[in-house]
Amino acid sequence: MGKNIKITINGEIVEINEGTSILDAARQVGVIIPTLCYHKDLCVAGNCRVCVVEIAGQKRLSPSCATPCEEGMDIFTNSVKVRNSRKHIIELLLSEHNADCTRCYKNGKCELQKLASDFKIMSNDFIPLVPFKNYTIDMFSPSIIKDDSKCIRCQRCVRTCAELQGVNALTVAYKGDKMKITTFFEKAMNDVVCTNCGQCVIHCPTGALVERNYIEEVWAAITDKAKHVIVQTAPAVRVALGEELGFESGTRITGKMVAALKRLGFDAVMDTDFTADLTIMEEGTELLSRLKRALVDHDPGVKLPMATSCSPGWIKYIEHIYPDYLGHLSTCKSPQQMFGALAKTYYAQARNLQPDNIVSVSIMPCTAKKFEANRPEMNDSGYRDVDYVLTTRELAIMIKQAGIDFMKLEDIHFDRLMGESTGAGVIFGATGGVMEAALRTAYELVTGREVPFKDLNILPVRGMEGVREASILIENPLKEWAFLDGVELKCAVAHGLVNAKKVMDSIISGEANYHFIEIMACPGGCLGGGGQPIPTSPEIRAKRAAAIYAEDEGMPIRKSHLNPEVLKIYKDFLIKPLGEKSHLLLHTKYTIRKSF
Amino acid sequence: METNHQLKRADFIFKNENDWEEVLKKNISRSSNELINELISSELKGRGGAGFPTGLKWKLSAEVDSDTKYVICNADEGEPGTFKDREILSLVPFKVLTAMAICGLVVGAKEGYIYLRGEYFFLKPELNKAISEFEQYCKEINLDFTIRIFMGSGAYICGEETALFESMEGKRGEPRNKPPYPALSGYMNKPTVINNVETLAHAYTIFTYGAKRFYDLGVQYSRGTKLFSVSGDTPKPGIYELELGMSLADFVNDFGDGDSKAVQVGGASGFLVPRKRFAETTIGYQGKLVGISLPTGGSMMLFNSSRSMFNVLDNYLEFFREESCGQCTPCRVGCQQLLKGIKAVKSGEKSTQYLDKLLTLAETMQFTAKCGLGQSVANSFSSIVENFREEMIY
Ligand SMILES: Cc1cc2nc3c(=O)[nH]c(=O)nc-3n(C[C@H](O)[C@H](O)[C@H](O)COP(=O)(O)O)c2cc1C
Ligand code: SF4
Ligand code: SF4
Ligand code: SF4
Ligand code: SF4
Ligand code: FES
Repeated sequence: MGKNIKITINGEIVEINEGTSILDAARQVGVIIPTLCYHKDLCVAGNCRVCVVEIAGQKRLSPSCATPCEEGMDIFTNSVKVRNSRKHIIELLLSEHNADCTRCYKNGKCELQKLASDFKIMSNDFIPLVPFKNYTIDMFSPSIIKDDSKCIRCQRCVRTCAELQGVNALTVAYKGDKMKITTFFEKAMNDVVCTNCGQCVIHCPTGALVERNYIEEVWAAITDKAKHVIVQTAPAVRVALGEELGFESGTRITGKMVAALKRLGFDAVMDTDFTADLTIMEEGTELLSRLKRALVDHDPGVKLPMATSCSPGWIKYIEHIYPDYLGHLSTCKSPQQMFGALAKTYYAQARNLQPDNIVSVSIMPCTAKKFEANRPEMNDSGYRDVDYVLTTRELAIMIKQAGIDFMKLEDIHFDRLMGESTGAGVIFGATGGVMEAALRTAYELVTGREVPFKDLNILPVRGMEGVREASILIENPLKEWAFLDGVELKCAVAHGLVNAKKVMDSIISGEANYHFIEIMACPGGCLGGGGQPIPTSPEIRAKRAAAIYAEDEGMPIRKSHLNPEVLKIYKDFLIKPLGEKSHLLLHTKYTIRKSF
Repeated sequence: METNHQLKRADFIFKNENDWEEVLKKNISRSSNELINELISSELKGRGGAGFPTGLKWKLSAEVDSDTKYVICNADEGEPGTFKDREILSLVPFKVLTAMAICGLVVGAKEGYIYLRGEYFFLKPELNKAISEFEQYCKEINLDFTIRIFMGSGAYICGEETALFESMEGKRGEPRNKPPYPALSGYMNKPTVINNVETLAHAYTIFTYGAKRFYDLGVQYSRGTKLFSVSGDTPKPGIYELELGMSLADFVNDFGDGDSKAVQVGGASGFLVPRKRFAETTIGYQGKLVGISLPTGGSMMLFNSSRSMFNVLDNYLEFFREESCGQCTPCRVGCQQLLKGIKAVKSGEKSTQYLDKLLTLAETMQFTAKCGLGQSVANSFSSIVENFREEMIY
């Protein structure tokens, strides 16, 4: 970047890169300026005005998030004028706000509440505006609750949905005192083009957008002696849950998490990683069969590239935006739904349980999975395959409610049958992980050799670049795969739906020519999911990703097709990938939806 | 500051449009520098907003390196009771078009836009006709410059330059953060000169008669003439071109009904001047009262003793509460609080000291609001509450 300049912050001379915002410059020297509308993932809006600072010689204050440093600036972040103004602004926000903190889901986790507490806003001189407002609570979505009375109009959600997801489900409507955040035609969240990804939820500073929680329902099931409550945990949960319970981001707490779930009273604690490995078997086989149909049978009906289908936010997005391209989706259910279908069939049989006595709960980094579990077709077991989906945050709430001292827990291993995983299953939690896991298995199935990458780490598909491409040349395959000899398998990985759109548009225009694409709705993949601990930022996601890859490296088995429980389920139950039972339980169909 | 102790009517704006072809031809043969220096030495200041020196504005934009630049004429004229820009565009449109083209030449822009207030749709056919004729002439003299009309959406805030750009880009009309300023990054994030209709009409005068003619009018810091929209309790409402630097007392002598108790200078965003301060108040850019900002400047509203200043303020606040774009906290919530606040004091729900809290709130809005709208609410609020405190209470 530009040249270095000198500025003064609270009397201290600071050397800083030209163009740095005052906010960042201050942070670099340990001066914290409060913010509300600012978020590292988003473009700067500068609308809340709590971050204002005084610049010597200027009558007006400047928003530090939106003001670049200039040579010689003499900045005060805590002058009388700044303090008074900041207090006024917080008071104003509170006067327009239904500050019912003790009954608010965000109580204790709210940026507005924290500011009010830091600044000790004890008075309520201003006239409460809430009674004059026509606030509504939208509870129609199975994933997200939107409560306008808790909204401070920072537009973080609007920017998130537009900039990270390109969905634009949320928008600003009206002006002046009536200005609010709403949807197309002010319809309910379940009735608009919304992917339920929950990115708006993790970017919202207040209780205006929160996940729909099912904590009480799960407690009720656990308490019901007649019910056998089984829980699965997604790969990304284990590298993030710790953040809610006092650990640094990027701390792996898998064993403690299992121990906590046991203490909560779940009858069996199992691992979505198991069905992630299973997904690789099914999806890998599906890919190879599509390639065969294309290259050997020259079947014009075969759809390539094949796209992954484990991110329900992505599924809903493509159903709305590219309904003509649903044939490109792998027919595999997400690991969560595979697990659900097996829980009430395979597991029930093996444990001799009545499926209708089983309550199947999943712990997910994701709010879209709540919607997914509610899709009408997700009952292939004959029952609701997954009964309740809790986010990482909801699990942390239950752990706290139960009085579990998480730090002191001893590690425990998942229960058997559907609790074994490999490193390949674990990396499903990071963008590029499904691709990497699939390549590790598919390449080996086809050639009989390991993927030609050091220590199985397929680095080109890792990282946080929005769209990444990789290709892998297939040479000397086994006899039955001879048709793949010399084929360069072209892959792309995208995370965040704006990037999904880029990949889709390049496929549609014919510009790109992939065989296999992995798409995750959330930035960073599931580790940055809408159900993960708040806050999120590029740094936090990078730490979680590092933890995921460390978990992978630490696993004795790192390839899905070697997971002993996967081998067992094929032997005892499913018989073979894409077999009859698989089709019934593990594969699904998609729904064409409106684009408005 | 010096004061003109008599009111001087002037007649530049609405006269002599016929020679625009000559004016254009004569000026395009001059160098960019020459033109800018002419404008700078006239000391013309923007007539639509904060009174920024027009020559400097053009110069800043000219100095930026960019393939694409724009010239925009701000004809959003949203201030209630003001219609001077409409008069200019219907009576002397070629002056505005000519000044835009000269500006384009100076800064290196080939495209001009007129952002026309939605309610002025009826002007569009005539204006388009003028534009065709104008563009035809440009072709004849080998000047590469086109002008298009963009119809505004009807929101007052879209007159604010950066909200105007957003609106032209198809987005919601919300002001942007500054910096960057339009000269560097405006419409489509390209260097953009945006000027008020009247500013451009004055530029035409300067390019016609030379800077000195303009400079010799008015007083120090406030050169030239200005159109005023006179309304309220006056026997002769209308638009008047007056030399800057007049004293408000002289103005009231001429335009008042003999019973004027206050004048609101600069519309809802301006200041209220009570009778006792007429004599000491000078109308110009560096005047003690006028000079911070005069959005769509030139509105002069007279009030006689039958008027309730509470109602006047109530109306202004109502206007701001509705016309605020609503994005920034101090303005969105502040306007609601000021409005509810004065009502609560009036009805006795809040004590009279609450007015002092509201005055500090208005000050916070001035310091922290994102754009000129929220920043200038304090102008009318504080000047009315401070001067007519009694009327706020009883
Ligand atoms: C709320 C608000 C409304 C405005 N409306 C107008 C308008 O209608 N017309 C206008 O010329 N300038 C308006 N302005 C000022 C513009 O932002 C800008 O300063 C002006 O167009 C610059 O032109 P000038 O330098 O020729 O005055 C408005 C400013 C604010 C803050
Ligand atoms: S959103 Fe925050 S401030 Fe508002 S009620 Fe909830 S916890 Fe309190
Ligand atoms: S859940 Fe996702 S798609 Fe829906 S509004 Fe929020 S960010 Fe947008
Ligand atoms: S819903 Fe949340 S993120 Fe969106 S504007 Fe309101 S407070 Fe901000
Ligand atoms: S000051 Fe008012 S009009 Fe201007 S940006 Fe803020 S809310 Fe919008
Ligand atoms: S954080 Fe800077 S204006 Fe909101």
